[in-house]
Amino acid sequence: MENPEKALSEIRLMMERSSRFLSLSGISGILAGLYALIGAGLLYFWLQEISLESGHSTQGLIWRVMILAIVVLVLAVGTAGWMSRRRSRKNSLKFWAPASRKFMRALFLPVISGGVFALALVHVNQYNLIAAVTLIFYGLGLVSASHFTMNEIKHLGIGQLIIGLLAAFFPSFGLLLWALGFGVLHIVYGGLMYYRYER
Amino acid sequence: MKRKYDKAFENVIRLQVMSILMANERFDFNGFKEMMEVSDGNLSTHLRTLEKLEYIAVEKSFVGRKPQTNYWATTKGRLAFQEHLNYLENLIKEHKS
Repeated sequence: MENPEKALSEIRLMMERSSRFLSLSGISGILAGLYALIGAGLLYFWLQEISLESGHSTQGLIWRVMILAIVVLVLAVGTAGWMSRRRSRKNSLKFWAPASRKFMRALFLPVISGGVFALALVHVNQYNLIAAVTLIFYGLGLVSASHFTMNEIKHLGIGQLIIGLLAAFFPSFGLLLWALGFGVLHIVYGGLMYYRYER
Repeated sequence: MKRKYDKAFENVIRLQVMSILMANERFDFNGFKEMMEVSDGNLSTHLRTLEKLEYIAVEKSFVGRKPQTNYWATTKGRLAFQEHLNYLENLIKEHKS
């Protein structure tokens, strides 16, 4: 390394690549937001239906909602994984690297805890805080994972956290706030990331 | 402050290793291999050179049954790297003026 500029740029590249996962796809954020909005819309429609046919059991609805939640989650995570993998391949980076593993560990520890917590709420028939719990744990996951990726993810996480806390105080707006966090905020940030890094 | 060229960082692999260890608390052998295009033997030789200089430290452990070799930068190594960065920056400044 005779040339000092070349040495410095090599140093910067290695520091960044080894500590940050930068292939996160913005478009997959937009798509995740759309899946969430469709899911929330469908749930809203089901709830309307139930309140019309009074005396109907809610047990069937709970199962339908859980399946819907799993489908939305799998679609969102799958799209994000697939598109980010494609981006890393395009930039000839490894998708499965130390930084991406740290990113996923930081994100999924709170997210899985939040998911299990939500299941526990279903188990004890306490439905009104589920929107808040999923938003809060997801927000915490994003804030902790933001140390290993672009800084914008921290702001997205704080946004989810604030919306989640609001949903805890106003559970009757739970579904609306959930759609705002998982839907609208994802679309806004996904668009922003796409605009900044992928064009 | 002395600003001299550190031969330890002359080699690009040693420079890359040290850059990674400046940005990460710890890094394991396979992690380095994932980040850089280098053979096992070549990587170990350069890691050993940095270890002998006491720029990095090493710890071998087991994760389940898999052996894992973790490396981290020592204070001496961090200072030496900082010096080297200062040297490079100075060189660029001198070229410009």
